[in-house]
Amino acid sequence: MALTLASRRTTRRLAADAGLLVVAAAFVLPLAWVVLSALDPHANLRVKAPDGLTLANFDAILTPEITFTPLLNSLILCGSATLLTVVCAVLAAYPLSRFHSRFNRPFLLTILFATSLPITAIMVPVYALFVQVDLIDTMHGTIFFFAATQLPFAIWLMKNFMDGVPRELEEAAWTDGASSLQSLVRIVLPLMGPGVGVVTVFSFVMMWGNFFVPFMLLLTPDQMPASVSINDFFGNRGMVAYGQLAAFSLVYSTPVILLYVLVARRLGGGFALGGAVKG
Amino acid sequence: MTATAPHAPLTKAPQNAHPARGPRLPVRVLPLTPAVVLLLLFLAGPIAYCVYIAFTDLQLTGQAQESFVGLGNFTRAFGDEAFLNAVWLTLVFTVLSSLIGQNTLGLALAALMQRASKPVRTLTGGIVVTAWVLPEVVAGFLLYAFFRREGTLNAILDWLHLPAQNWLFTLPILAVSFANVWRGTAFSMLVYSAALNEIPKEITEAAEVDGAGGWRRLWHITLPMIRRSIGTNLMLNTLQTLSVFGLIWVMTRGGPGGRSQTLPLFMYEQAFQNSLIGYGTAVALLLLLVGSLFSLVYLRLLRTEV
Repeated sequence: MALTLASRRTTRRLAADAGLLVVAAAFVLPLAWVVLSALDPHANLRVKAPDGLTLANFDAILTPEITFTPLLNSLILCGSATLLTVVCAVLAAYPLSRFHSRFNRPFLLTILFATSLPITAIMVPVYALFVQVDLIDTMHGTIFFFAATQLPFAIWLMKNFMDGVPRELEEAAWTDGASSLQSLVRIVLPLMGPGVGVVTVFSFVMMWGNFFVPFMLLLTPDQMPASVSINDFFGNRGMVAYGQLAAFSLVYSTPVILLYVLVARRLGGGFALGGAVKG
Repeated sequence: MTATAPHAPLTKAPQNAHPARGPRLPVRVLPLTPAVVLLLLFLAGPIAYCVYIAFTDLQLTGQAQESFVGLGNFTRAFGDEAFLNAVWLTLVFTVLSSLIGQNTLGLALAALMQRASKPVRTLTGGIVVTAWVLPEVVAGFLLYAFFRREGTLNAILDWLHLPAQNWLFTLPILAVSFANVWRGTAFSMLVYSAALNEIPKEITEAAEVDGAGGWRRLWHITLPMIRRSIGTNLMLNTLQTLSVFGLIWVMTRGGPGGRSQTLPLFMYEQAFQNSLIGYGTAVALLLLLVGSLFSLVYLRLLRTEV
C-alpha cells in the first residue's frame, strides 16, 4: 500500500511537472520575443533566433528624446505621487489602527469599497473636471489624482501592517510625554519598515505601469511618461522598428521587475498580496 | 450590520466618544485630514461630477453652456447599437478572460504547483508572475506581436501544419481575451496558492488513503475549503477586467469595426473622437455602477474581517 502510494505520487509529480512546463512554454513565448528582438539587428514580429547579437537597438533608443525624458517624467510623476500616497497613508493609518472610535469601521469599509472601484470609468469626467479647474496637462494635477487613486489601498494595507506593531511601547512613550507624532515617527514606523516598503513599492509599480491616467490628463509630449510615449513607436516615427520597441520595452519594464523581486525576496513571494486582498 | 458604508463625516465625532488613553480627539482626527482631503477632492469629487455630467449634454468644444438633458443620455445608450455591442463584448471579455481563463488557469496552476518538483514550480511561477508585473502597455505590445498575422502564433501553427489566420482581424475579442489571461493569471495563481497552502495536509492525505481519486478530492474537499478565496478572487478579477483599457487599446484600438470595443473603449471613443463628453460619462456611470455592485459583494465577502 505504502509503496503504491509512493509510486503514485511520483507519477503524479511528473504529470504535474509536465503540465506546468506546457503552460510555462506558452507563457514564455511573448517574453522570449521581447528579449530576442531587442538584441536582433533584423527583428520582426516572431520569436526567432537573432541574426547575430547587437546592442544597436539600445544605442538607437538611449537618447534624451526617446528614453531619458519619458523615464524621468515617469520617475517624477510616480515618485512624487508615491511619496504623497505613503505619507498620507501612514498618517491616516495611525489613528485608525490606534484609537477606537465608532467611525473607524464605516471609514474602513468606505476605503475598502473605494479600492475596488474601476478608476478607468471615471477618467472621462476627471478629464472634463480638470479642464474646468485648469489642472489639465499639469504634472501636479496628475500627481494628486494618481495619489488619490492609490490611497484607499495604501491606507488599507498600512493599517493592517500597523496593527501588527504592539501598542505597549507607545503607551510607555505617551506616559513619558511624547506626542502622537513623535511616537509614530520614533517608535511605530521603525518597527513596520517592511510594511511601509511594501506599500511604497506597490504604489510605485501600479503607477509606473499605468497608461490611462497620464494618457488622459497630460497633453504636452514633453511631459509624457514612458507608459504613454512608448506608443510613439507606432505613430510618429514611420515604419515600426520592432527591435527598438522591444529594447525600449525592456528598459521601461526593468525597474518594476527589480522592485518586485526586491520585495518578493524580503516578504516571501506574491507581494504579500495573497494575504493583503484577504484582509 | 450592513456592508453599505455611510460616508461618515469623521470630523464630527462627539467629544465624549471614548475617553480612552492617549491624545484627545482633535489630535486623533488631525492625521486623517490630508488623506481625507485628497480623497474628497480627487476621488469623491470626480465621482460626484460624473453623476452630474451624465445627465447633461456637455461636449468637448464649441459649446457655451451645457444643459440638463435628464435621462437622455441613457435612453440614447440603450437605443445605440454600438453601445449594446460594447456591453455584449464586455460580457464576453469578462466571462472568457476573467471567470473562465484567469480563474480556472490560476487554480489549475496553483493545484499543480502543490505537487510539482521545486525547480519546475519556481520556473513556471517566475514566468507567469513576470507577465503580470510587466506594465500594461508593454504586455499589450508583446501580445500584439504574438497574435499579428506575421507573429509567433501563426509561425507555430504553420509549423504544426495548421491553418494560420490574422487573429487580430478575424477574432479580435478572442485575442484580447487571451492577452488578458496571459497578463492576469498570476494574481489568481498567487491567491489560490496561498489558499491551498492553508489546507492541512492531514485532510487531503486521509482522503487519499481512503481511496478518493484526484477529481473527487478536488470537488469534495479542496474547493469547499477555499470557497472564500474563490469568491474574493472572482470579484477582484472581474473588477480588474471591467476596467482594462490599455491592453485592448494597444492591441486593436477596439477595432476592427468595433469588434473588440469593450465599454471603456466605447466610452473613450464617444467622449473624445465624437466629442460627446456627456454621453461618454453616462456610459462611464453605468460602468461605475456595475463596478460598485461587484465591490459591495466583495465587501460582504470580507465582512467578517473588518
